[in-house]
Amino acid sequence: MTLTLEGVAKRVGAEQHLHPLSLELQPGSFNVLLGRTLAGKTTLMRLMAGLDAPSAGRVLENGKDVTGTSVRHRDVAMVYQQFINYPAMTVFENIASPLRRQGKDKGEIDAKVRRTAAMLRITPYLDRLPAELSGGQQQRCAIARALVKGAGLLLLDEPLVNLDYKLREELRAELREIFADGKTTVVYATTEPQEALILGGNVTVLHEGRMLQAGATGDVFHTPASLECAQVFSDPPMNVVDAILTNDRVALSDGTSLPLSAHDRNLPAGPCKVGIRANHLTVLRRSERLVPVKGKVALSEISGSETFVHLRHGDTTLIAREEGVHSHPIGSDIQVYADPDRIFVFSSVGKLVAAPNWRRGALRNIA
Amino acid sequence: MATIQFDNLGHSYHPHPSKPEDYALRRLSQEWEDGKAYALLGPSGCGKSTLLNIISGLLVPSEGRVLFDGLDVTRCTPEERNIAQVFQFPVIYDTMTVYENLAFPLRNRKVPAADVDRRVRQVAEALDLTADLKKRAQRLTPDAKQKISMGRGLVRSDVAAILFDEPLTVIDPHTKWILRRKLRQIHEEYRLTMIYVTHDQVEALTFADKVAVMYEGAMVQLGTPQELFENPEHTFVGYFIGSPGINLMPCTLGNDHALVDGIAIPLPDRAVSSAGGRVGGKFELGIRPEFLELTRSGTAGAIPVQVTGVDDLGTSKLATVRLNNHTLKVRLSEEQEIPALDAAIRFPTRWTKLYRDSHLIG
Repeated sequence: MTLTLEGVAKRVGAEQHLHPLSLELQPGSFNVLLGRTLAGKTTLMRLMAGLDAPSAGRVLENGKDVTGTSVRHRDVAMVYQQFINYPAMTVFENIASPLRRQGKDKGEIDAKVRRTAAMLRITPYLDRLPAELSGGQQQRCAIARALVKGAGLLLLDEPLVNLDYKLREELRAELREIFADGKTTVVYATTEPQEALILGGNVTVLHEGRMLQAGATGDVFHTPASLECAQVFSDPPMNVVDAILTNDRVALSDGTSLPLSAHDRNLPAGPCKVGIRANHLTVLRRSERLVPVKGKVALSEISGSETFVHLRHGDTTLIAREEGVHSHPIGSDIQVYADPDRIFVFSSVGKLVAAPNWRRGALRNIA
Repeated sequence: MATIQFDNLGHSYHPHPSKPEDYALRRLSQEWEDGKAYALLGPSGCGKSTLLNIISGLLVPSEGRVLFDGLDVTRCTPEERNIAQVFQFPVIYDTMTVYENLAFPLRNRKVPAADVDRRVRQVAEALDLTADLKKRAQRLTPDAKQKISMGRGLVRSDVAAILFDEPLTVIDPHTKWILRRKLRQIHEEYRLTMIYVTHDQVEALTFADKVAVMYEGAMVQLGTPQELFENPEHTFVGYFIGSPGINLMPCTLGNDHALVDGIAIPLPDRAVSSAGGRVGGKFELGIRPEFLELTRSGTAGAIPVQVTGVDDLGTSKLATVRLNNHTLKVRLSEEQEIPALDAAIRFPTRWTKLYRDSHLIG
């Protein structure tokens, strides 16, 4: 299904929950809605589904205006954060329920339920009740029910947020393969930048009810149009420092001076803001080009495979990434290294001026 | 603050437990140091809450003893043990001001007013609550309420230990790190014995000096975050710590190497010596994605593989490679080249681990 939003907006009382935005989702595409809590992700999804009517603008399915059409007459399925299943029905009956409503015959129902259950690896639990399953299995059941319906538009609202991180890791990788068939237009809401990157496809970045940017996920991550968008799409947050551009250097407000690189040469001189992602501020000096920055350790945040060192530097906090697991005593002196080739330059009002060069990840799913 | 000892501690909800699976907490003897921060980490149902309840005195274990500073407290109530607890959801008095909430545990114990005031202001300062001291608690955000809850746990300086049960559940994901930092700072400053229960690796590893990883009722490893990452003593630790977890492949043993589908992979000396003479059991070779090296075939010691996918994770890349029927993950830096056709991997001996029946043998 092609889903088109034309200037849709949502106002509730005096509050503007969603500012007017336009978006076109291609048939079979995978689309991530990325934003923090209260960004407007759920509001937008409810408008897409027809659960709510927009206060302004139009919604079109394959070019046909469906703005006033209720969800019951739309070609749509939805999965929520909470694991929603019929508690008195077995997993099989839960998955079969949309097909029964469509009046499909017994043989077709059986075949489709079994195929979908196999895809989501819940075949052994078909005879159980949802309450007898783990959280991860319950959510697989809810996803299977949404998938089996064969709707043109599938909406998933933070479907993995209530699962523990190991289950999230596994299910996320599987979901990508399940949706790779390209038949359904999928919209997937998340607060997590990592999740958006892993799922790929296209991304629409939302913040406080406004659309900040839309495009191919890799493009938006590597060339965020604004500082605001870069912040929403960075975890941990991007380091931001006021700076002055001259004809051969960029001088950060703390006194650090970085040589210009291919991407930020020949920019007009003057004040700007410099953004450095945590992985371009490293504890290990990988090359002589890197410029040292001194600070005091505020915290080592350890993710299991990598360490993010939060350091006090003048009156700001910077975050540097370190491969592996390391502890640094709070308050100890530390030197980290900034990569001049990898800095983002924003105007003083936060518009992107220069982004580091990057090559599109042409290698995804080679086989 | 107290040293906490577990002496042959175990707990079963069965009246006559006979096999290991009958135990919610399997037999454990250990000593936890005074003034250190510990985390109990594991998935739901692993036994971490059972152990926490035994430490706090909410549950009397079916076997063994708990000692605080050498004193048997197995049958003492939480009050008698002098424990402070912080729960998943804020436990505060909505009608009281923030100040009164923080002062409550002290006033309850007839602490002199001057000491109460000093302590309350100290804790408020540490948790960034100073500006809110005069506000009524009910007007505050869930984040601030949970900070008060933590403050109430931290305000008494005479407790044996402070126990935290998933305290950051209600906190907005984007502000969690701020509270983690606060807790860490408070710990480094006051050297309190703290025990923190969570299923979240980031919280456990960031908070604790030592993390106890629990799995199916057993404590499979107690170690520093670095030890859990670099030297997982159980395959579950390898899997649960790290995203993604350790790569594991079934193997057999040669002289000084492991054989995976007939391919020789060198083993560290310690694995060779401790594996020597052991017969039977299920052997697995493990290596973390961060330690596998992706290179070109032809490099000394490199084994040809097929690269089947590369994910851009933003701060790094993750390659998926196939070695016969095994799928392995390899973590790469953003700028590292990926050979499209003649890729190969190397297993640095230092980081190659050998497991027998899920336990590390070298």
